[in-house]
Amino acid sequence: MSGTHTHALFVHGHSHLHRLPASTKLGALGLFVLAVVLTPRESFWAFVVHAVLILSAMWLAGLKPGFVAKRLVIEIPFVLFALFLPFVAGGDKLDVLGLSLSIEGLWGGWNIVAKGTLGLAASIVLTATTTVPDLLSGLERLRVPRLITSIAGFMVRYLDVIAGEMHRMRLAMLSRGHDPRWIWQAKAYATSAGALFIRSYERGERVYYAMTARGFAGQMPTFDAERATATEWMGALLLPAVAWTAVAVAVLA
Amino acid sequence: MHIPDGFINGVTSLGAGVVAVSGLGASLRRAGKELQDRQIPLAGLIAAFVFVLQMLNFPVVAGMSGHLLGGALAAILIGPWMGMVVVSVVVIVQALLFADGGISALGLNIVNMGLLTVLSGWLAYRLLMAVLPKKAGSVLLAGSLAAWFSVVVSSLGFVGEYAVGGAGGASLSTVLAAMSGTHSLIGIGEGLITAGVLGSVLAVRPDLVHGARLFGIRHADNAELSRRAVGAFIAGGIAVAILLVTVVAPRASSDPDGLERVAIDQGFADTASEQPLGDTPLSEYGVAGVEDEQLGTVLAGLIGLGVTFLAGVGLVLLARRSRGRVESR
Repeated sequence: MSGTHTHALFVHGHSHLHRLPASTKLGALGLFVLAVVLTPRESFWAFVVHAVLILSAMWLAGLKPGFVAKRLVIEIPFVLFALFLPFVAGGDKLDVLGLSLSIEGLWGGWNIVAKGTLGLAASIVLTATTTVPDLLSGLERLRVPRLITSIAGFMVRYLDVIAGEMHRMRLAMLSRGHDPRWIWQAKAYATSAGALFIRSYERGERVYYAMTARGFAGQMPTFDAERATATEWMGALLLPAVAWTAVAVAVLA
Repeated sequence: MHIPDGFINGVTSLGAGVVAVSGLGASLRRAGKELQDRQIPLAGLIAAFVFVLQMLNFPVVAGMSGHLLGGALAAILIGPWMGMVVVSVVVIVQALLFADGGISALGLNIVNMGLLTVLSGWLAYRLLMAVLPKKAGSVLLAGSLAAWFSVVVSSLGFVGEYAVGGAGGASLSTVLAAMSGTHSLIGIGEGLITAGVLGSVLAVRPDLVHGARLFGIRHADNAELSRRAVGAFIAGGIAVAILLVTVVAPRASSDPDGLERVAIDQGFADTASEQPLGDTPLSEYGVAGVEDEQLGTVLAGLIGLGVTFLAGVGLVLLARRSRGRVESR
């Protein structure tokens, strides 16, 4: 497994958040995001609570705001959709600077941006503080079927290999004067994707033979599954607990 | 199209989670029969292949590009059950390792991209192969149509989820027209590339193509879609997109049962008298300067389709660029 302990979004560190067992972090993330999604969109203060929780988790993990912000870019298509909503949604209208905006659309847009950003930031904190093997064993602890985690494990392990193979094929094509601009030139892309499939398939077979040669008998060795202690669970669940309290107050109030 | 958190409400997301878990569980059980330990590394490598395929852009028109979803392709290459497991694993890894797609929306994303594309693609493929002659050319033809279909079904899955628990306020028919219209265009690319990939695999290792093995197709020398088939496919896809935007969407909006809100162009028209937006070229159901109302509606729809398509492709490009940077480190 050497070389695959990290991935693109992992940030090396020794914070409490890094040390927490992955299963507790996954549980906390799921509960927290659920609380965010269930928060009534009118309760601004509850969103502030969620945001403070995320920021403190980022601070605990020693993550730089710039790192998280850069990753948030992935959300842009949905932000644009949210910006589009006030113009196309129906219902009562509000005049702002000569523009007529739908009130319903404004709420809808705010709802998407706020919840999407909070959820994304929370997942970034998890991915930045958890290595791949930890994440997989954490999933296994949470009863995700072995088949899923082992396929995911192989996938992550060979991702860079396959991507590198594709990169080399592309370079070879470019060096031979390939310059795709139009869809009817996409045949070369399709052909190389076909070649990539065959190479991936054959590599998969070779990997299996290599494993059997080294004594593989149908069972992957278990990841060192450290049981999370009650204290660790309580520490991890502190964050969603606060979020859920905020949601409960917001709904009942 | 990875749905983020908050786009679809919590209850619907949880419901989709239940559907995703049971669908994935069922395909795991079915795949488990074929999936001996020999095939676990294989499945992992194919998952990596699908992931890389989704990272890769192919050209659409000058400067713009799209990428493959790969659901129908996976179904035809490795069978529907393995296909659903593999593509779902890709979606899960994207959510947990690359923060791509919301955690609460993981169920929705698995349903749309992992289950619906593979399942609908496979069903369409089987149906088409049942009537087509059993030879390599048919695999490509059925494959391309199935891939087109799978993309459109996946977008309809999103529309369905939006109808049940969409947070937003954009009317259902707007979303329906935008999603199904653009995706029947995107599907053209998906279909052509799928046919190309199938053709190149069939030429070298026909034994690896599950969908060909099933029908006893063992030889394929330079199987590719004819120029005429490609032309007909592109024209057909565009025609369906136009049909969806100009006929189905306005119909749906005047439908009495629930789909009561108005489409983009009609929304502008409704507010025309009292608002500045009424002066936009698309107001009054039609295009300014076009007298015939019927024609105007159609033109408005087409312009809307074009704009949506360009915006969609541009956004995909933007998102891919940023993702490419992160991953290429």
